[in-house]
Amino acid sequence: MGVTQILFWFLSVVALFSALMMITSKNPVHSVLWLIATFFAISGHYILLNAQFLAIVNIIVYAGAIMVLFLFVIMFINFNKETEPRKNRWLKMIGAIAGGCLLLVLVAALKDSDIKNQAAQVKEGNIGLIQYLGKELFSTYVVPFEISSVLFLSAMVGAVVVGKKE
Amino acid sequence: MPINYYIFLSIALFAIGIVGVLTRRNAIIIFMCIELMLNAVNLLLVAFSKMHHLKAAMTDITTKAGTDGQLFVFFIMVVAAAEVSVGLAIIVMMYRNIHSVDVNFLNRLKH
Repeated sequence: MGVTQILFWFLSVVALFSALMMITSKNPVHSVLWLIATFFAISGHYILLNAQFLAIVNIIVYAGAIMVLFLFVIMFINFNKETEPRKNRWLKMIGAIAGGCLLLVLVAALKDSDIKNQAAQVKEGNIGLIQYLGKELFSTYVVPFEISSVLFLSAMVGAVVVGKKE
Repeated sequence: MPINYYIFLSIALFAIGIVGVLTRRNAIIIFMCIELMLNAVNLLLVAFSKMHHLKAAMTDITTKAGTDGQLFVFFIMVVAAAEVSVGLAIIVMMYRNIHSVDVNFLNRLKH
């Protein structure tokens, strides 16, 4: 069992454990912190797959910007006992069973798929470097790139329109 | 690494996100679970892109196959960032109107 395997299992366990803690934490701030831990584990997976650009973007955009936005809104809303949503034990159990059924069905369906003998390239291969991704992004995918800037503009206008007072 | 491991890891993360959406009532937690599901799909896309690259590199060592998958992940992140900004604005507006973020109070399409 080499270093790559050990890192893979370690990062997988960290990601799954933090995700489980994220959905079971009572305090929303703890949920945000566990989700940040999950994102860091997923970034570790990207580095293991030598997708270095996506690893850095994942940390900067998700763990940095988006989660700070979540924390900001949680502190802005100021949760207390009255605003804490009520809980129903049966609905929780049914939700967990439904999710478990989905997990079971997907695993059973993909367990014997055609690609099960193939492998993902780890630690090598240079398609994840910004040098190659950037060339592709600004040649083949330049139109979607420009359209996404329009999307950002409309999202910004929408956030301001929705968020402002009457 | 065998691609099966990545598939099962992504399915597990996605199912955890589904369970979170179904069991939690807090709108912000539900939103975070959606982010988790997006990230599970991103991880699987990157793993598949590396799988594709490994297969193509056996015949041509200088191939750039698999770049598309990683760029799709980049665009998913772009769309997720835009989605979060609008969604959090909606949650803040909802809190301002009904003084709660419990999604059960949102079942009438009016306040």
